[in-house]
Amino acid sequence: MKNKNRNPAPGQHTLLMRVNRNRQLYFMVLPAIVAVFIFHYIPVYGILMAFQNYKPSRGVFGSEFVGLKHFKTFVEYPYFWKIIGNTLSLSLWSFVTTPAPIVLALMLNEMRTTKFKKSIQTILYAPHFVSVVVVCSMVLLFVSRDGIANKIVEFFGGTATDMIGEPKLFVPIYLISGLWSGLGWGTILFTSSLSSVPMETVEAAKVDGASRMRIIWHIYLPHIRPTIATVMIMKMGTLLSIGFEKIFLLQNPLNLEVSSVISTHVYEMGLIGRQWSYSTAVGVFNNAISIILVILANTVVKKLTEKESGLW
Amino acid sequence: MLKRKKRIELFDVVNVGLVVAITIAVLYPLYFCVIASFSKPSEIALGNVVTWIKGFTLDSYKYMLRESQLWVGYRNTIIYTIFGTLYNLVLTIPAAYVMSKRNVPFGKAINWFFFLTMYVGGGLIPQYILVKNLNLINNPLSQIIGVGVGYYNLTITKQYFQTSISQNLYDAAYIDGASEWKAFVNVALPLAKPIITVLTLYCGTSRWNSYFSALMFIQDSKYFPLQLVLRNILVKNQVSIEMGPTAGDDLAYLIQRAQQVVGMKYAIVIIASLPLLLLFPFAQKYFEKGTMVGSVKG
Repeated sequence: MKNKNRNPAPGQHTLLMRVNRNRQLYFMVLPAIVAVFIFHYIPVYGILMAFQNYKPSRGVFGSEFVGLKHFKTFVEYPYFWKIIGNTLSLSLWSFVTTPAPIVLALMLNEMRTTKFKKSIQTILYAPHFVSVVVVCSMVLLFVSRDGIANKIVEFFGGTATDMIGEPKLFVPIYLISGLWSGLGWGTILFTSSLSSVPMETVEAAKVDGASRMRIIWHIYLPHIRPTIATVMIMKMGTLLSIGFEKIFLLQNPLNLEVSSVISTHVYEMGLIGRQWSYSTAVGVFNNAISIILVILANTVVKKLTEKESGLW
Repeated sequence: MLKRKKRIELFDVVNVGLVVAITIAVLYPLYFCVIASFSKPSEIALGNVVTWIKGFTLDSYKYMLRESQLWVGYRNTIIYTIFGTLYNLVLTIPAAYVMSKRNVPFGKAINWFFFLTMYVGGGLIPQYILVKNLNLINNPLSQIIGVGVGYYNLTITKQYFQTSISQNLYDAAYIDGASEWKAFVNVALPLAKPIITVLTLYCGTSRWNSYFSALMFIQDSKYFPLQLVLRNILVKNQVSIEMGPTAGDDLAYLIQRAQQVVGMKYAIVIIASLPLLLLFPFAQKYFEKGTMVGSVKG
């Protein structure tokens, strides 16, 4: 909008002329558009499969439409509520850990910038670069019967168990390993946002005798509120899918009753069971909930911050 | 005055103390893997390895070297990472350059086209069927080509072009008669090194660490990337350890073998994570810069 005056007066150049003048630019963006169209948007039309009895030999256009049959099958599936419950509980619990990086960023912000602080940050970021496969194998090694986690339990007088097979330990294991990988990396966004707090404000507050905690609460925290809001909304949208790769690796027959979630159900039924249409329907169900969550979060955040922040 | 100074010091002591405690908690699991990988496997099983190596041995590394599948995976991952990252860069950078221009007709529509990829997707099965229809199942090419353009990467690159390269430079080039393409190659690209570094690091890391697309699309173990091999060895326990002949009964042998497998797994954890863990401290300032650019709302 603000660039309007840079454009020539309307009518002087028709849209077609402007398009023609920019044709080289269109050629430059074309490869990206083609790649995204093929690999991202063509599968979107595969969603139609969810409403069909898809037969690979007949394709999406030739297969018979069956309406909401597969959605009904999923809702009537005996473990439907179990799966929904597990998905929501893992998602909500990982949402609860969102403040952790914010608190750590505020703590780091209170430290003077020295080599020592830099090295601490390097260590805190490191787990982000360890792949999910390796993180899960470390978890499995640590919680095995002879693993270090059990040694600690034994040290405090407990008995060693096969922790990954304990349904009630699955959520804590999932959360702690998630914090380990993501805590340090999660601080970066907030750290950079905190670095733009005007020093004069902080100095003025100090002169007025405000304590460090009060400065954090009344100056630093409000300053990063938009960043917090954005991160929260983004997280909402990915909540239902993001843990999949990890849950999938940590899943075993013993913890299935807490670890089977919508996305692992899709994988099992689709790629293993080859029930194409049914598992697509389950995936669509998952997507629909995600989108509703994002819109909800965005609306709430906009209300809370009086339209200051929000994704759109 | 004196009183106030004292209170600040207490705050710092508590704060730094907590940060150091958290840092140790984060570092310890990695440290433990290192000392466990050099320790005698039976000592790990007994729980004697806690703060330092017990019964130093290189056996775990010796057995690891014999897992030939690991090295096939390493080679494949290097190839996938190099070409995959190149593919991402070639698609992302010119697209971001175009989006950084403010007067392009349909610019907004193009932005929405990429933005929506974050929320609208076909999901697992339609994606699988697409790759199958393209005849890319069990084809290493499936590990290189793909969507290639992430909205986040696109945005940070676009913002870099908008904020870090002065409009005057472009104007000078246009006056000299440069086309848009020439302006991109001769003006924008040479100045874009920092953002190209960030993108290379972001894309390279995610390529190096990905396993799921290979799990979906690759069946032949000679095309497996490292992470999939790791999954099979570390999570699925598919190991080929053969230990030398031991005197005594089968049970003792089995226990000894099981313990050695654990030791070897620690060595594999180290060997698999080492490249990135060694590289990233050097790249840290770029990573931080990348996220900082991304956090500016555009």
